[in-house]
Amino acid sequence: MPYTTIAQALRETLREQMQRDERVFVLGQDVGKFGGAYRVTDGLYAEFGPARVRDTAISEIAIAGLAMGAALTGLRPVAEFQFVDFMANAMDQICNHMAKFRVMSGGKLDVPVVMRAPYGATGRAAQHSQSLEAWFAHAPGLKVAMPSTPYDARGLLRAALRERNPVILLEHKLLYGSASPGGKAASAVGEYAAWMTPAPEEDYVVPFGAASVRRQGRDLTVVATGLMVHRALRLAERLEQERVCSLEIIDPRSVYPLDSATICASVRKTHRCLVVVEETAFAGVGAEIAAQVSELAFDYLDAPVQRVAARHSPIPFNYACEAYTLPNEGRIEAAISAALAGRNGPWQ
Amino acid sequence: MSNPTPNPAHPLPSDEVVVGIYRTMVTIREFEERLYNLFLTETMPGTMHQYTGEEAVAAGVCAALLPGDYITSTHRGHGHAIAKGVSLRSLMAEMFAKDSGCCRGMGGSMHLSDPAMGMLGATGIVGGGIPIATGAALSALMRGSGQVAVSFFGDGAANEGAFHESLNQAGAWKLPAIYVCENNLYGFSVPFSAASAVPDIAARAAGYGFPGVVVDGMDALAVYSAAASAVARARRGDGPTLLECKTYRYRGHSRFEKPTYRTDDEVAAWQERDAIRCMETYLTERGLLPTGEPERVAAEVRVALDDAVAFARSSPEPAEDAALQYVYSDESDPLSA
Repeated sequence: MPYTTIAQALRETLREQMQRDERVFVLGQDVGKFGGAYRVTDGLYAEFGPARVRDTAISEIAIAGLAMGAALTGLRPVAEFQFVDFMANAMDQICNHMAKFRVMSGGKLDVPVVMRAPYGATGRAAQHSQSLEAWFAHAPGLKVAMPSTPYDARGLLRAALRERNPVILLEHKLLYGSASPGGKAASAVGEYAAWMTPAPEEDYVVPFGAASVRRQGRDLTVVATGLMVHRALRLAERLEQERVCSLEIIDPRSVYPLDSATICASVRKTHRCLVVVEETAFAGVGAEIAAQVSELAFDYLDAPVQRVAARHSPIPFNYACEAYTLPNEGRIEAAISAALAGRNGPWQ
Repeated sequence: MSNPTPNPAHPLPSDEVVVGIYRTMVTIREFEERLYNLFLTETMPGTMHQYTGEEAVAAGVCAALLPGDYITSTHRGHGHAIAKGVSLRSLMAEMFAKDSGCCRGMGGSMHLSDPAMGMLGATGIVGGGIPIATGAALSALMRGSGQVAVSFFGDGAANEGAFHESLNQAGAWKLPAIYVCENNLYGFSVPFSAASAVPDIAARAAGYGFPGVVVDGMDALAVYSAAASAVARARRGDGPTLLECKTYRYRGHSRFEKPTYRTDDEVAAWQERDAIRCMETYLTERGLLPTGEPERVAAEVRVALDDAVAFARSSPEPAEDAALQYVYSDESDPLSA
């Protein structure tokens, strides 16, 4: 049976890889008996026990360092951080150590760590809501991916476990399709069910640096990540029905390495480009994508590359304020209109 | 001058081990002196943080380890690398930033590593190696390999969050880790007494549920005995130990920095207890150091250092774009299926 949610796809892939290779183990906060804040490790403790499904202290520096030391000495740790925001605590281990040891050692030390963390805004205010892919993508030595479907989640996790490099998977909370015991987590899975490509049980990988053209279109290339892929896909369907325009939607899947070739091939066809990301715009991954399109496909552009991203603010608690901060469909539509008319973008 | 004092709770190391510790200390001292002179007399790349004065710690601890055991090190890491068996040629070539260096000229003095010798890496971030050694200890435990992991760090690192998180988790999981704090009394210029209300860092181990031991870091045999006990405890599965070695760096924090924050009297008092001189007295009394032997050992080391410097000088520079080849591995893990 195919895996129909991202949580299930990640869980079953971890189970499969742990069954096949005893070097693979999981560590993090509440990943054991509790099964993880977003249920990704649910049931793994019962199957593999406390030695391979390790509940750590609430110590992000230690989680990162434990994973790194274990990876340097022959194991394949999968470290879960409960929220990407909490990884701020571990940035020294991740960016100064994991990311740099390969160069610092002249290529002798590999750090094959897989790190996973939920990201994205879901009504939890400033410290449990961020999209921090740019922090990690800015550190040479790391690879960063953002699966938006069960298919990609399984394929990217399998690819991550075959890497000899440190890899970070950022998973949107609204796309997991899981709920805490007794709770009902906010979810966008029902809303976007049409585009949640299930993951087959077969062995496959989604390689890093291979974007997915999620929808063919003629008028405008939309490059979107994570939850924004689904927002763009739904909008594209409506705009097509309303005969407004035909959008081509590209999900880079991994933001480093970035498949700019696929993105630029699309732009050469549509001559217009919009980037939709949930992170803040300034110095973000979206900014990088826009810059690369400008550098690599300038001659093909009939309009400035547009961006829609979170406004430059910590995420506020009030729901309407949060929605205003994020890239909602109204803002995406305004940017599409500007791109189609060849106008400058409505910058933030 | 006090003689080295073997721990009565632990059997005396063999004569061979004691002489080995002595030779290691002399090698570290001579390496640092050679490097100091190289920095004085010619253009050397970057900076360095010298281990001179602290030799008993690296030599004593590493003598209690097996080749397969792991260490992590610090910005002041030359002594750890030498004591763990990294070759003088590859170390010296790294000081010259050459392609034949242990890090192929990409790491330099602060970032030495040699996985083949269990040297998992030195870090220029204070405290950064402590979590990594803890992870290596976890790995040893999970693999049932019987290895132990040692993290060397300074008194300054004991005030970093990485210290607390690592030792706490290692205590909870009874990891085969040995935390070796080289308390040289100063974090760069700030005395430890101004940075902490606690006089002994070893006392903090109580908060993590494992032993903390204050060791005379100028006494290589005391260091060896304490380390051997900690290693035995770790291999038995009884968990970590924090060893606080009270020691002193003779030189400044880095390169030619003049330590204006400490008195000449203080320096002289520590040098009076110099670990190498104390060990020579001990060896002489036991008939293990014939007349002229210290000079012979030093001369041998200097010949090896001449060779290492000549090797470094004659080695090629790395390609200008070498780092770009090392950022990512292109290898695929041979993960089952």
